[in-house]
Amino acid sequence: MTTERSGADILVQALTDLGVEVVFGYPGGAVLPIYDAIFKQAKIRHILVRQEGGAAHAAEGYARSTGKPGVVLVTSGPGATNVVTGLADALMDSIPLVVITGQVPTQLIGTDAFQEADTVGITRHCTKHNYLVKDPASLGAIVHEAFHIATSGRPGPVVIDLPKDVQIAAATYRKPEGPLQHKTYRPQVKAEAAAIEAAVEMLAAAERPILYTGGGIINAGPYASTLLRELQALTGAPVTSTLMGLGAFPASDDAWLGMLGMHGTYEANMAMNKADLILCLGARFDDRVTGRLDAFSPESRKIHVDIDRSSINKNVRVDLPVVADVGSALADMLAVWKARGHEKADLGEWWRRIEGWRARQSLAFPASDHEIMPQKAIQRIWEMTKDKDPIVTTEVGQHQMWAAQHFHFQDPNRWLTSGGLGTMGYGLPAAIGAQVGNPDRLVIGLSGDASVLMNIQEMSTAAQYRLPIKIFILNNMYMGMVRQWQELIYASRYSESYSEALPDFVKLAESFGWTGLRIEQPGDLDGGIEAMLSAPGPVMVDCRVAQLANCFPMIPSGAAHTDMILHAEEVVGEATDEAKALV
Amino acid sequence: MHIKEQAAERHTLSIVVDNEAGILARIAGMFTARGYNIASLTVADITEDHGVSRITIVTYGVPEMIDQIIAQLDRLVPVHRVTDLSDLGPHIEREMALVKVAGTGDHRIEALRLAEVYRARVVDSTIASFVFEVTGNPEKIDKFCELMREVGLVEVARTGVAAMARGREAA
Repeated sequence: MTTERSGADILVQALTDLGVEVVFGYPGGAVLPIYDAIFKQAKIRHILVRQEGGAAHAAEGYARSTGKPGVVLVTSGPGATNVVTGLADALMDSIPLVVITGQVPTQLIGTDAFQEADTVGITRHCTKHNYLVKDPASLGAIVHEAFHIATSGRPGPVVIDLPKDVQIAAATYRKPEGPLQHKTYRPQVKAEAAAIEAAVEMLAAAERPILYTGGGIINAGPYASTLLRELQALTGAPVTSTLMGLGAFPASDDAWLGMLGMHGTYEANMAMNKADLILCLGARFDDRVTGRLDAFSPESRKIHVDIDRSSINKNVRVDLPVVADVGSALADMLAVWKARGHEKADLGEWWRRIEGWRARQSLAFPASDHEIMPQKAIQRIWEMTKDKDPIVTTEVGQHQMWAAQHFHFQDPNRWLTSGGLGTMGYGLPAAIGAQVGNPDRLVIGLSGDASVLMNIQEMSTAAQYRLPIKIFILNNMYMGMVRQWQELIYASRYSESYSEALPDFVKLAESFGWTGLRIEQPGDLDGGIEAMLSAPGPVMVDCRVAQLANCFPMIPSGAAHTDMILHAEEVVGEATDEAKALV
Repeated sequence: MHIKEQAAERHTLSIVVDNEAGILARIAGMFTARGYNIASLTVADITEDHGVSRITIVTYGVPEMIDQIIAQLDRLVPVHRVTDLSDLGPHIEREMALVKVAGTGDHRIEALRLAEVYRARVVDSTIASFVFEVTGNPEKIDKFCELMREVGLVEVARTGVAAMARGREAA
């Protein structure tokens, strides 16, 4: 006979049974019983953030870098509403999170009680699923189910809203035995054999194939990245990736074309445009990737492997849908390819064309001897740290795109960025989460001067736990990407995009107990990066970069892949209304 | 620049869901969030233990949008299954309406006569009004209401569509 215990104890026991090691959170009135239960145990480590939004992004960084679900614990009302951005971010980028929110006692729900918010209502459409727990007897099963839903199928965030009286009331808890069988939720992991066979035949027959990979490969686990490399080696096909998929295929490989899409390489976008077969693996034909839809890869047949059926045929009609976990589908495709004795096709002509596009050197940027080019700064950080196999986080904007272009990844789970939602303020807390999950690794946060301020309070969290994250700010004193769009589309009317009244980042760092460094001259760049890497504990670098540098190449919104702008000189001053209406 | 509208077709979807708290908000909210239309929505539980509900939604959209709607519904955790009855072929749609008509003299006689033609039942009457109960497919109810407008229509309450595939199999 199991003894009864409080809802708070059931929660902590269930989390322990699920192997949770770290919880990112912030206490408050409606979660005091849970915090008391945490106080009385030693297995789960609690990381105290400085604002709940920071907890959500830290949990995302933890999840993305370790492959484990991120767990968040916050109070009711503002605690819950502050995590909403992180939930939306995790939903878009398929990051497994379990977020526990306190709620006012059951009998006060609906009375506009102190710190009451309709958390399940507010989070319904920015979570994969959510729960309001009304009985401690059901809590244990719900926690286990929540982890199952968050981590299986297409991963995503799950919220458990837990009223305070349910945390106090007693019930029994038993750890579920065996794998969870949900009555309605059964994601399709294994592809239909006929679809795999058709995919292999299409791939074998292709003259101009391309592998278009995405975050799904990262989510499927490191084995999927290994299988991707194997499939590439068997087929000889070029590989490109979305922002979220960087690292699944090694950037040092000759078959790597770089990222595709709006700020992708010329060769990746041209190869997509001219291919006769696109094998999409765990990507979702997002508008940042496709550009103008009616001009997207007009000559290709398209295979789309995705675990989420709703991603297939959403933006682009494909010839062969394959609903499956991308790792499982890759394993099946490899088996069929080998069983049928397919040989690597002669792709010589295709590769000659790709080399021609490559020769345009679309990532080249102008050199400067009097100011630091932001691309150069990223390039040097990469060159000086690649042997340390760092984990890199970014905020959102120009620096993010430059990082995607000039920081090259060899393996998955090293690159943490907010792709779908594009959340400024993600990078600093994500670096904290990544460092918590990987205490011995080098974690670098590439930032912009505007983005870094959005969750700057989390510097205090890094200080408290002495997390040696290195935040490198490309400071151009602008919201650079906004300024770039205003330059290209609004005839350089820089409406509200200047970073007025920036703090002294060095003094700011020092005030938090961090090391603060400033780099101003090109000649000081290497020394500054060296100093950042050798300083113990957290470091913030204020790197003053060329203020008006733009991120190229670029496919303007609504343009085709073939209409890429490679250099600043090709830019017109004012766009049409149709172009202005696009995101 | 002007906003363009696309031609849409009508589809009737049957959605069998686990009868958990918030399920209707989850389904209806998904339609709003993704910009889909709900022309009619009905819901009631259909099992002995009240654990499962059947939702019937009539929606309009281009074929690609209908496919997306079904895929989006299908991936909601509490959804057992989604069936596009319009895609399945012949199916039955029924709706019930209460129609209040007020008037005297010829209008009153004409209202009764038309009600008989449409097999509508009188479920309430005063010296100067009737409430009719009429059942049928949505077009029949549209037509009945249109006729009643001529003879003193006061108000209409409609249930929305309940639908089912023909034949012996469950959809």
